[in-house]
Amino acid sequence: MLGVPLVAYLSLGLFMFSVGVVGVVVRRNPIVIFMCIELMLNSVNLTFLTFARFHSSVNPQTGLAAPSMMAGQMMVIFVMAVAAAEVAVGLGIIMAIFRLRHTVDIDEMNLLKG
Amino acid sequence: MDVAGIHVTPNLLVFGGIATVAALSAVGVVVFNNAVRSALCLVINFFLLAFLYFTLNCEMLGITQIVVYTGAIMVLFLFVIMLLNLGAPQALNEKWDPKRPIGILLGVMLFGLVSAQVFPGLMSVQATELSPALSTFGSPQALGRTLFSSYVFPFEAVSILLLIGIVGSILLAKRRI
Amino acid sequence: MLLWISHLHPALQALIRVLLVVLPILLIVPMLIWWERRLLSWMQDRIGPNRVGNLTLSRTSKYVPFFLRGKKMRLFGLLQPIADGVKLFFKEDITPSAVDRAIYFIAPALALFPAFAIGGTMPWGPFKELTPIADVNIGVLYMLAISSLGVYGIVLAGYASDNKYSLMGGLRASAQLISYELAMGMSLAGIVLATGSLRMTDMVRAQEAPLWGVVPAIQNWFILTPFGFVSAVIFLICMIAETNRAPFDLPEAENELIAGYHTEYSSMKFAVFFMGEYAAIFVFGGIFGTVFLGGWNFLPVRFDYLSQHMPLFSGLWDFMQMVTNVGAPLWFLGKCTLGITFFIWLRATLPRLRYDQLMSVGWKSLLPLATANFMVVALWILTTELYGVWGGWIAFGAAALILAGLYRALQKLTGDPKRFGSREVTMTQPSVGSTRTIELVDPTEVAKV
Repeated sequence: MLGVPLVAYLSLGLFMFSVGVVGVVVRRNPIVIFMCIELMLNSVNLTFLTFARFHSSVNPQTGLAAPSMMAGQMMVIFVMAVAAAEVAVGLGIIMAIFRLRHTVDIDEMNLLKG
Repeated sequence: MDVAGIHVTPNLLVFGGIATVAALSAVGVVVFNNAVRSALCLVINFFLLAFLYFTLNCEMLGITQIVVYTGAIMVLFLFVIMLLNLGAPQALNEKWDPKRPIGILLGVMLFGLVSAQVFPGLMSVQATELSPALSTFGSPQALGRTLFSSYVFPFEAVSILLLIGIVGSILLAKRRI
Repeated sequence: MLLWISHLHPALQALIRVLLVVLPILLIVPMLIWWERRLLSWMQDRIGPNRVGNLTLSRTSKYVPFFLRGKKMRLFGLLQPIADGVKLFFKEDITPSAVDRAIYFIAPALALFPAFAIGGTMPWGPFKELTPIADVNIGVLYMLAISSLGVYGIVLAGYASDNKYSLMGGLRASAQLISYELAMGMSLAGIVLATGSLRMTDMVRAQEAPLWGVVPAIQNWFILTPFGFVSAVIFLICMIAETNRAPFDLPEAENELIAGYHTEYSSMKFAVFFMGEYAAIFVFGGIFGTVFLGGWNFLPVRFDYLSQHMPLFSGLWDFMQMVTNVGAPLWFLGKCTLGITFFIWLRATLPRLRYDQLMSVGWKSLLPLATANFMVVALWILTTELYGVWGGWIAFGAAALILAGLYRALQKLTGDPKRFGSREVTMTQPSVGSTRTIELVDPTEVAKV
């Protein structure tokens, strides 16, 4: 959008990322931790698209948008696809753990502590 | 109109409104003790992010954001939260923990550190008017052309990944196979 | 004719467009409720609401013109929804004490929002100045995205009510809506492939082309093409599931979940849910009309072609063309009504599905068939490009095969042979033994004996 500096978008992305990091560190509910990871992925997506938009240039051969503009969007597509697969498997794991141990507290999942 | 050295345009005000609500809802995800409220905050955040993508001329990805994140992933989250709540009403409560202030401090330090390193050099960068050829760079046509030509190998790889994800989640979720 | 609108301030133009989408939905919802109740009662051999709105004018008053004195005006109960609305408005609004308050209050609004927002890209006439609100290049995806938000109102209402049955309703709704969204998206993807655009107005324009590319006098409405017909059937089924209507109304099944997610809602909050459901029905009817039934076109006949090639009747063709253009919103509304009537008909005809039937139809039948149909469209495009128009017959054959598969899948729901006879079931309570053999008898066979 015209009139909005690059830093505005970037700082929103960074803020969301930091909030996600804090959430992963302080929360003990695995589902909320998962949601915080999604938050971080989305803040990265926002940053990708911001740079794609602000790095606007034309490909001299085709006259269309340059590869650098499309690369950001492609990354976002792949992040979304990977996130979708990750959520399906991750929630399946949480359900399986809940079924086995009847608790989902992340601090009690310490079987591999040795 | 200038406020504290920043040229305030209607666009900036719209962005400010969306960004403020998005940031607040991001905080809400972490703050709320109730997992359903956290999920609801995340839904609001993802929905508003889609609008931010629209402001960046990426209309296709913005709508994909709504379809994938708010429409599918977050519904799955809510489904699982409610399923766990149904099984054990007390399973998802959390108590106070000394980790909390340390974690918050860490987050503030991360924000401060990265912004101090990255932002100063980018302060003056403003969006430029897109030429007609570029203004459709986020359209389904442009996206599809790139995805199925230059990026066809990663695309196929991701499709295999998704297939593995489907098989894996079915294996995990099913009691008997 | 409508050019004056483009001279107004952009904000004012936007306001006019928004009002032109939201107001009709608001006005049509009461009529829709009346239409459903009357039609349903007619189908069930009842009378239905026919009292409210009947007016008998005084025979002696001097304020009534002489030719109206003693006359009866009958509106066939058309004002019944207004009476219902007044009743709901003045009912006591009970909030149970244990509900999650904030979410409990937000949920009805969330249920209403998508129904109104979907209309944003729906064109109801060839008037570029007025409709749609935003003719964006992602129109169909926008519609899918917003309709996928409809689940939140139901899920959150079910959660916030603090009621086991409501929660079950919410859970069912979320599983059902996610499952059927996929098949819906796949069935629309075929149409998008055939159109070559995600824009809604482009879809209508594509349907004004010659039928199958060879019959120049008839429009290429997608429901008349083989793959489009399969898509339409799949889309229709998914549409019913998405709006939680019978026979897919498991989230609000009265006899098992006592109305499911809106059990704890009373007064206006219930009314908002009710309105959201009917608005969604109307809007989905509109989408079906736009994507499959040629949008605002009156008849699937290309009048402009006919007036050129059959000059004998050119006056008639030109007149029909004018009728099509001027009455475009009416024809569009007629198509919506057609879809809605089909909904009501199904509700009167079919019993509710079992939950496992619902899931298996969605995942095992509709989704693979919609995907296969998508491939048929690709095949059709490829063959017509390689071998000309007549190569498309291959696609016809493939589409017919898919249709047969769809028929078999739906047939399984009613005539499943495995339902009857004896079989062994596992018992959940060990006290009565681990397994037991049950006998299921076909009721029609019993009747014959």
